[in-house]
Amino acid sequence: MSRARADEEEYWHSSKFRAFTFDDEDDELSQLKESKRAVNSLRDFVDDDDDDDLERVSWSGEPVGSISWSIKETASSSTSSLEGRDSSLRKGSSSYAAFPRQVSSYSLSSLFKGRNKLPSFQSLSDALSDTGVKNYTPELRRPKAEYKDYSSDWSPKDTVRRMQRGKVCSLERFRSLQDKLVLLDEAVAGHDGNVITAVLIFLKRTLRREILFRELEVRQVALCHLIHFLKEMGEQKLLLDLLRFLDRTEEVALSQYREHLNIQDVEKRREFLKGCIGLPFSSEDTSHIQDHYTLLERQIIIEANDRHLETAGQSEIFRKYPRKASILNMPLVTTLFYSCFYHYTEAEGTFSSPTNLKKTFKIPDKQYVLTALAARAKLRAWDDVDALFTTKNWLGYTKKKAPIGFHRVVEILQRNNAPMQVLQEYVRLVEDVETRLNLATKYKCHDVVIETYRDLKDRIQLTAYKCKVERGSAEEDKINSILNNMQIRWKN
Amino acid sequence: MAFAGRRDVPEPPDFGILKRLARDQLIYLLEQLPGKKDLFIEADLMSPLDRIANVSILKQHEVDKLYKVESRPAISASDQFCFLVRPRIKTMRYIADIVNADKMSGRSRKYKIIFSPQKEGDHRWINSIARALQLLNSLYGPFGKAYGIGRCAKMSYELWRDLEEESEADGQGRKPEIGNVFFMDRVALIADTDYVTALCSQVVYEGLVDDTFRIKCGSVDFGPDVTSSDKSIKVLLNAQDKVFSQIRNEHFSSVFGFLSQKSRNLQAQYDRRRGMDIKQMKNFVSQELKGLKQEHRLLSLHIGACESIMKKKTKQDFQEMIKAEHSLLEGFDIRESTSFIEEHIDRQVSPIESLRLMCLLSITENGLIPKDYRSLKTQYLQSYGPEHLLTFHNLKRIGLLTEQSAGETLTAVESKVSKLVTDRAAGKITDAFNSLARKSNFRAISKKLGLIPRVDGEYDLKMPRDMAYVFSGAYVPLSCKIIEQVLERRGWLGLEEVVRLLNGNEFSVSDSAVEDNPAWESQRVILAVFLGGCTFSEIAALRFLGKERGCKFIFLTTAITNSARMMEAMIEAKA
Repeated sequence: MSRARADEEEYWHSSKFRAFTFDDEDDELSQLKESKRAVNSLRDFVDDDDDDDLERVSWSGEPVGSISWSIKETASSSTSSLEGRDSSLRKGSSSYAAFPRQVSSYSLSSLFKGRNKLPSFQSLSDALSDTGVKNYTPELRRPKAEYKDYSSDWSPKDTVRRMQRGKVCSLERFRSLQDKLVLLDEAVAGHDGNVITAVLIFLKRTLRREILFRELEVRQVALCHLIHFLKEMGEQKLLLDLLRFLDRTEEVALSQYREHLNIQDVEKRREFLKGCIGLPFSSEDTSHIQDHYTLLERQIIIEANDRHLETAGQSEIFRKYPRKASILNMPLVTTLFYSCFYHYTEAEGTFSSPTNLKKTFKIPDKQYVLTALAARAKLRAWDDVDALFTTKNWLGYTKKKAPIGFHRVVEILQRNNAPMQVLQEYVRLVEDVETRLNLATKYKCHDVVIETYRDLKDRIQLTAYKCKVERGSAEEDKINSILNNMQIRWKN
Repeated sequence: MAFAGRRDVPEPPDFGILKRLARDQLIYLLEQLPGKKDLFIEADLMSPLDRIANVSILKQHEVDKLYKVESRPAISASDQFCFLVRPRIKTMRYIADIVNADKMSGRSRKYKIIFSPQKEGDHRWINSIARALQLLNSLYGPFGKAYGIGRCAKMSYELWRDLEEESEADGQGRKPEIGNVFFMDRVALIADTDYVTALCSQVVYEGLVDDTFRIKCGSVDFGPDVTSSDKSIKVLLNAQDKVFSQIRNEHFSSVFGFLSQKSRNLQAQYDRRRGMDIKQMKNFVSQELKGLKQEHRLLSLHIGACESIMKKKTKQDFQEMIKAEHSLLEGFDIRESTSFIEEHIDRQVSPIESLRLMCLLSITENGLIPKDYRSLKTQYLQSYGPEHLLTFHNLKRIGLLTEQSAGETLTAVESKVSKLVTDRAAGKITDAFNSLARKSNFRAISKKLGLIPRVDGEYDLKMPRDMAYVFSGAYVPLSCKIIEQVLERRGWLGLEEVVRLLNGNEFSVSDSAVEDNPAWESQRVILAVFLGGCTFSEIAALRFLGKERGCKFIFLTTAITNSARMMEAMIEAKA
């Protein structure tokens, strides 16, 4: 046990965090299961008619015909109107039989219905006054008088203020560069992103590009808003010009690279990626882009070959396990898994062989082993699994080694329903005694449990384990013979 | 402590008014287009709309058909279209296309577009917050005291004051119902530390439900695995759910006990009906049965939810993950945690979770060592796709996942050397140190504020002693700790060092017009305003604080957030 690990275990044993675990065997889960049983036992009595009540989301006790639900319905049958749907609902399901004619507490509907002219605010609040609630309906229709303001001579500050309040304002009267910049600065000072964006749209339309860029360079908040706006608008060319002007070469490169996401055709995408390799990325990112290109190139080749193999129906592996999806545009690890699954034994020279992928993309051992293990275990190719971890030393002795913890190996094997001998072999290799015991107990690897207790010289636990094994079984005999062994000096 | 004796938590003001107002505003808007009309709703506005209206209300106001924006409408004969949308450029194009198509075919229709404010990572929501405060102020009376920290917090506060001064000050002279407002600016805290709160796995029930099933506008879709039937159920999670309201703020480990107690009680209640005579039975059926059935339904749902959470978490090595998170918070055994993250990536467990853990590592360690950064990034791209190169740049730009620069690994020797070289070079090195000091905040702040409680023995999660229970005793959310401290001190006095580490912009303002009457209940009602979102864990922590101190917290936030939402906002999606 390494020092760090010893420290760590001590830490976890002494610390406050042991109070709760999400472990399967936990008491608390059985408590949950018990609660579930208790509740389920009542189900017969409870489940009579109104199970559908659950469909309704209710707020303040009222049943709600959910709008989200209703929209889904429109999508499927766009000709039916709400009227029709509502009645079908009433027929279809008992739960909606009680669908009330919604009468809002202060029926605004009756106020508004059929009216063409809108009531003034005054009369609206009058109508509401008896409820004690004031009217906060936003100023929706502007009074006629306001349109007169249109040509008025508002100062930049007032203009911004009016815009913030959602009032009509003309920006055209700001003609000089100076005026426009004051307006922009006022907008930024007002902290309202919508107003800032509105002013920027105006400046973008009325200023020469170089001047706009130059002025924005010293106005970072406004600059951020413009970049955001251009991205949202998809004005890629202007965006790239701006970034180039600002000398943000890396952002230019990223922004161009981002475009590949919109290219559906793989050949075109591959060509596009090829063009991205020369963009001014950091050297680290350049190699990622290079890898991206190489990966897609390989995938195109593999895909074409395998599709052919699959349709020809000559390859057993493809017949037995038909491909569920194309390998195009998948991550490297997924590609490796695929290649370990379908092309495991191929020579390094072929593009689809796992070793070739490992070399080309410098896949770390850990990542390779985890992926290969998952793929071979899925195929239940236990010999391959064995070979993956077997190393020979210079004297020719074989030994099991793994770049990942053996507890991880066990977990993957177990998930793929490995047979007991295989599982047991790897449980035995788990280095940490406590983890080994836990896993062995969990997966009923009796031999490992028994041997571990023997090595720990823990007579009490070993004796207690006897009830976990079958009576008269070989395991029981084994426990007994160990317990009777006079040579062992038990610690308890 | 200042609030020694526990007092009863005051009742919150009636917020039902807000819902009614919103509904009336909607009706008002719909009636501005009198007569039959089709309504087009943007997808992410549907859940909010469900909270204030329903189909029959829409129908009463002559909405004929409902469409989702983005699905090309089928031939509609309606003469009037009403759009309820976010102010997004894409949506505007969609609407413009419809209008133009009508124009081309010579159709005349009336159109009405209703915008619902957009929340974005820039300044756009400052205005919305200021307006919300203005509304609250006029409905519930003036706030006595306002505190806050962060640039956006200050902006929102100022904009709100401006709005107040302009309006006729409706609320003035009314007895205040909310005594204090607290502006928490997540964005200001982001680059430093407060992302930590949002990055940790949540372990209080409501947080877990959010992490696992995604709570949307207060309601959640429980799938077949929860309902143990073949259909999904949409459930509204709020105080009206008598089971949920009792467990929402609890640590997950206490939830099982509660549910089992509850189901035993329920069973006993049902069992009583044995041995009843006809009259008693009749009473039972007419008076109690409905409530019991309701409770039964809720219980089985939440038990199902717990089971499903457990299943998912066990599969994901949650135990190990929590262990790694706690180590990162304590700055303990970083290598071990780094290789846990590495393996997490290699096994393709989850792109979001891998990214979250890397961000947590970066923030708690002030960036990754360059070697780790490169290797984890490469493996991430290999496991989850090369286009995530863009994701990494996004994260770097906002400071969530960074690489320690050479300047920050200067040793003492090097700094001594720097004294010997020219002034200019020394200046550069000093700059490097300054930037180190500016960035190296998590440890300093968490030490200063005691965010990581030192506890001897076991932290009793069933009887929590402080707000850290929301993270199993490992961490007190920074925002909550600051609120606690400032309320206790009634200002920032004594917190100067913390303020400096958080880049300042703190404020504390009393409204002189509001009488400072400590006897008023309103003094103990606190409006916590979160700019940039808050998590259910923070809400639970503050509710706990409220219970301890006899005050009531009300939350106003631009969004409910969690680690997955935060990461998704950073991830460049595949087209």
